[in-house]
Amino acid sequence: MKVTVLFFAQARERAGRASVELSLPEGGRLADALAVLAREHPALEPLWPHLAVAVNGRLARPDTPLAEGAELALLPPVSGG
Amino acid sequence: MAELVEGPIEVERLLAAAARPDCGAVVLFLGTTRDHHEGRRVERLEYEAYRPMALAALEQTERETVERHAVASCRIVHRLGEVPPAETSVAVVVAAAHRSEAFDACRWAMDRVKSTAPIWKKEHYAGGGAGWVAGAKLE
Repeated sequence: MKVTVLFFAQARERAGRASVELSLPEGGRLADALAVLAREHPALEPLWPHLAVAVNGRLARPDTPLAEGAELALLPPVSGG
Repeated sequence: MAELVEGPIEVERLLAAAARPDCGAVVLFLGTTRDHHEGRRVERLEYEAYRPMALAALEQTERETVERHAVASCRIVHRLGEVPPAETSVAVVVAAAHRSEAFDACRWAMDRVKSTAPIWKKEHYAGGGAGWVAGAKLE
C-alpha cells in the first residue's frame, strides 16, 4: 500500500522536501513507516525524540494501523502565536 | 469558526462580529511579532502550518473555551506566511456577560493555541541566519 508523508518546519528542511510517498506491506503500522523514514532520511535523526506524528490529521501512536492512501505528518514542536 | 489567513488580520471585523446584546464584555488578545529574540534582532517572521489539522485544533479550542468558561463566544484567527515586525500574527476574541470570565477565557484560549495547533514560527535574523522558535511537543 502507498501512504503519503508530509514534513513540516525543521523536518521539511532536514528531509529536503515537503512530502514523500512510501510503499509499505499491507497491514503495516505507523512504526513500520517511521522505520523506513529513519532509514531513508538520516538527517531527521536528531529530531525524532521531539516529533509528534499524525495520521490523517490526528495524533497517532506507533501501533496505529495504516491504510492505503493514509496521510502521515511529521510535526516538530509547535510555536504558533 | 476559526480562520487561517495569509494577509493582515481584520481586527475590526472580529470585534464587530463579537458584539452582542447579552454580553457586557469583549476581550481581544493580539499576538504581535517582536523584532528581537534572545538578544538577536529579528527582521521578519514566517509562519507555517499543517492547515487542516491546525484549523481543527483552533476550532476545538474555540469550542472548549465556550464550554469550560461559560462565555458566549470565542473566535481565533492565525496568520500564516511572512509577517513583518509589529504586525498581528494571532487574534483571540472572547465575548461574555462579564469581564472576569472573558479575561480568563481569552488567556486560556491563547495558551491552548500555543500548545495544540500545528503551527511553526521561523525567525530571520538581521545579518543573516534563521531559526525555528523552540516550542511545545504536541500531545
